[in-house]
Amino acid sequence: MIRKVGLILCGLILMFAVTACEKKEPEKKTEEPAPTATKEGGTLVFGRGGDSVGLDPAYETDGNSFMICDNIYEALIFYQDESTALEPGLAESWDISPDGKTYTFYLRKGVKFHDGTPFNADAVVFSIGRMMKERKLKFFSMEWDVPPQERPPEYWVSMEMDDTVDSIEAVDDYTVVFKLKRVDAPFLANMGMDFADIISPTAFMNNPKEFLRNPVGTGPFKFVEWVKDDKIVLEKNENYWDTSGGPYLDKLIFRTIPENSVRFLELKAGNIHICQFPNPADIPLAKEDPNLKLVSQPGMNIGYLSFNYTKSLWQNIHMRRAIAFAINRQAIVDNIYQGMGQVAKNPIPPTMWGYNDKIEDFPYDPEKAKLELAEGGYPGGADLPEITLWSMPVPRPYNPEGLKVGVAMISDLAKVGIRAKIVSYDWGTYLKRQREQPKDMDLFQLGWTGDNGDPDNFLAVLFDGLASPAIRTQWKNEEYHKLMLEGKQTIDQAKRAEIYMRALQVFHDEVAAICVAHSTVIWPMRNNVMNFKLHPTASVRMKNVRLE
Amino acid sequence: MLAHIIRRILLLFPTLLGISIIIFLMMHITPGDPAELLLGERATEPALEALREHLGLNEPLYVQYGMFLKRLMKGDLGETIWTRQKVWIEVKQRFPATIELSIAAMLISSVLGVILGIISATKQYSLFDYLSMLGALVGVSMPIFWLGLVLMLIFSLNLGWFPMSGRLSVGIDLDPITNFYILDALLTKNWPAFKDALWHLTLPAFTLSTIPMAIVARMTRSSMLEVLRQDYIKTARAKGLSPGIVVMKHALRNALIPVITVIGLMFGILMAGAILTETIFAWPGVGKWLYDAVLQRDYMVIQGGTLFVAAIFVIINLVVDILYAVINPKISVH
Repeated sequence: MIRKVGLILCGLILMFAVTACEKKEPEKKTEEPAPTATKEGGTLVFGRGGDSVGLDPAYETDGNSFMICDNIYEALIFYQDESTALEPGLAESWDISPDGKTYTFYLRKGVKFHDGTPFNADAVVFSIGRMMKERKLKFFSMEWDVPPQERPPEYWVSMEMDDTVDSIEAVDDYTVVFKLKRVDAPFLANMGMDFADIISPTAFMNNPKEFLRNPVGTGPFKFVEWVKDDKIVLEKNENYWDTSGGPYLDKLIFRTIPENSVRFLELKAGNIHICQFPNPADIPLAKEDPNLKLVSQPGMNIGYLSFNYTKSLWQNIHMRRAIAFAINRQAIVDNIYQGMGQVAKNPIPPTMWGYNDKIEDFPYDPEKAKLELAEGGYPGGADLPEITLWSMPVPRPYNPEGLKVGVAMISDLAKVGIRAKIVSYDWGTYLKRQREQPKDMDLFQLGWTGDNGDPDNFLAVLFDGLASPAIRTQWKNEEYHKLMLEGKQTIDQAKRAEIYMRALQVFHDEVAAICVAHSTVIWPMRNNVMNFKLHPTASVRMKNVRLE
Repeated sequence: MLAHIIRRILLLFPTLLGISIIIFLMMHITPGDPAELLLGERATEPALEALREHLGLNEPLYVQYGMFLKRLMKGDLGETIWTRQKVWIEVKQRFPATIELSIAAMLISSVLGVILGIISATKQYSLFDYLSMLGALVGVSMPIFWLGLVLMLIFSLNLGWFPMSGRLSVGIDLDPITNFYILDALLTKNWPAFKDALWHLTLPAFTLSTIPMAIVARMTRSSMLEVLRQDYIKTARAKGLSPGIVVMKHALRNALIPVITVIGLMFGILMAGAILTETIFAWPGVGKWLYDAVLQRDYMVIQGGTLFVAAIFVIINLVVDILYAVINPKISVH
């Protein structure tokens, strides 16, 4: 009997092995759609780390949701392929009144939503108007009763759009007028952001509660299917209005593969075409692989270290300077960012207009740090109590490993005589407690990814502590604050660039915060993926992508 | 017997109520705020306040729990914070994936585990015994994460025998009916999809089965050894019965009782292992979903999802208890 069991076991193993070998074919089959695809058409599989949360652009906050929206919807204004320079989108052109408070958009004609609804001024009033708290809206031919908000439209609220937009009016079928409450120079750039995408009003009114799972826009791809935590399938919009270029792909599949290394292995095996956020350690492997290529883009972001300005210790500029000289940021970029980044000397990235290249960065100089420390009243750091350095517990786009960066920083600080310890909380608590500027926080790491390519979106939002108690750094400087207001209220971009350069000088002189690094995004992909470009805003646009 | 079953079913309700209170309290004792996490770096106080108000997070805890219970009475698990979807629908979409994986892992681990255990026990101190028990020790201590990656490297990337991740290959279409892909493929007689789904299942199921398999093998072995020393086995042998019949008919039935308990409890181990297995193999199930919900503080998912999983766990244990009595009538239920 025992022998029989043994035989059965052997039989089972043999069967397993035989059937396993048989399987080789279907596995190959799955690889085929990629390489055999011709110049036009084909299915592109995009591998990403997480699923989308929802697909209603007004309510989403995460990159994985926006990346799908980027291909389904369009806004009045487009960002250029590789920069945030503005170009006409669903609006062919626009006028700005001399007082800067009235924007008139002239819309593109002959555009249709995926469900056949014509795109017109009413659709714009509907899409943007539904985010307003007090809806001063005027439709031209339709009278939609815009349903109440399911929840606060996060971007609209956090960009303070209710304080900017007063009313939206459809003057005729293809003209929309936005009246503003205040002059707001970044307004136009904001209209290119995802939250300002135009949706099909009929599709939304059909079932407002389910719209985020049944998105309908005017974009180059149409929504087909969503299998939660598995994949989202889009297909080519055959009736796309812009016939000068793409879409070329027949089908677009966004697969969720949470584990970075597995996602990379899937790319190597040819089962996906593009691999989002690989492990830095896999980049050299991708370089060696003849079937893969890399695409990179300096991210529109900043990782910074700032001070708790409610404590007198950090109101002392010598102490701030001491920290700036003491930290070896180049070593952090080389070892922790693993080269996927560059040392920052301004809080805005070098690709952004308004960047002040004349600023002389703080060199890594422990001796100077010691001098500053002595001038600050703590020679040798002797009487200085142990300080805390808050570090993020999670990887962020601007900082791959906050805790490691923190450890590197405290060892640098120790070299000049400043004793420091790392403090970290779970991410939600970290964000919440940081805002409260508690006494047990001295230095904190944080960062930002830009939304619209406007310097205001970095400089005012992050550092103008006089503007609002909600600003995370709470650095309060009259001159800087005035410059920020001036920047917001000046429409001419060249003049604004000058204003921001001046503000950056003040920022640097006062050591408002220490700019650590701008991270670079590097994604590997199969050689046959053509024309895929990474965008500074991290949006993923597949319109012009083809497979060869 | 029937009275016992009814009593156990009635006990389900206080058990689940207790579980829901514990989960609710644990969740709210843990620091963190879903509103903060949803908005991230760009959160402003007014935006946070509006969102918290909308989510009902500003209410006192007992009110929040009361609302949860009230909904539950109506059979409604609530709506998720992040995806704004009924928790029940989200569970329904993912649970079949996890159950499919768990059943496959359970099958592999019980069948292989029992066979290994029997052979080891009957050939005690043989080379096979030593090797299989060493294997069991390794199996129990192997990190699932590492094992999954290694299996994937060998069998998917290098040998190309199995697909790497996911439930179905790109290009294979399947109309979901129950969301158990293998069952759906059978129902629609979609053979390519059946084969593909089965093949996608193999590696993750094997990865998930290693720990329970090792436990089952060791349990079977020791319980078998004990039974084999009993007098009635000697009697059976003395009667001149073949060793095979003695082992399979007389010994195994008695030896399996503790093993079945372990297999019943295995569901818990499988659920824990499912988090890692699902993450590595991009398997869209509840394990990874619940884990993410904890990180994102999606209270509604944690409340509803865990309650659902706990209910299943309790029911499985009940079924095991009933099986007990069926397998061995000597065990009477009081």
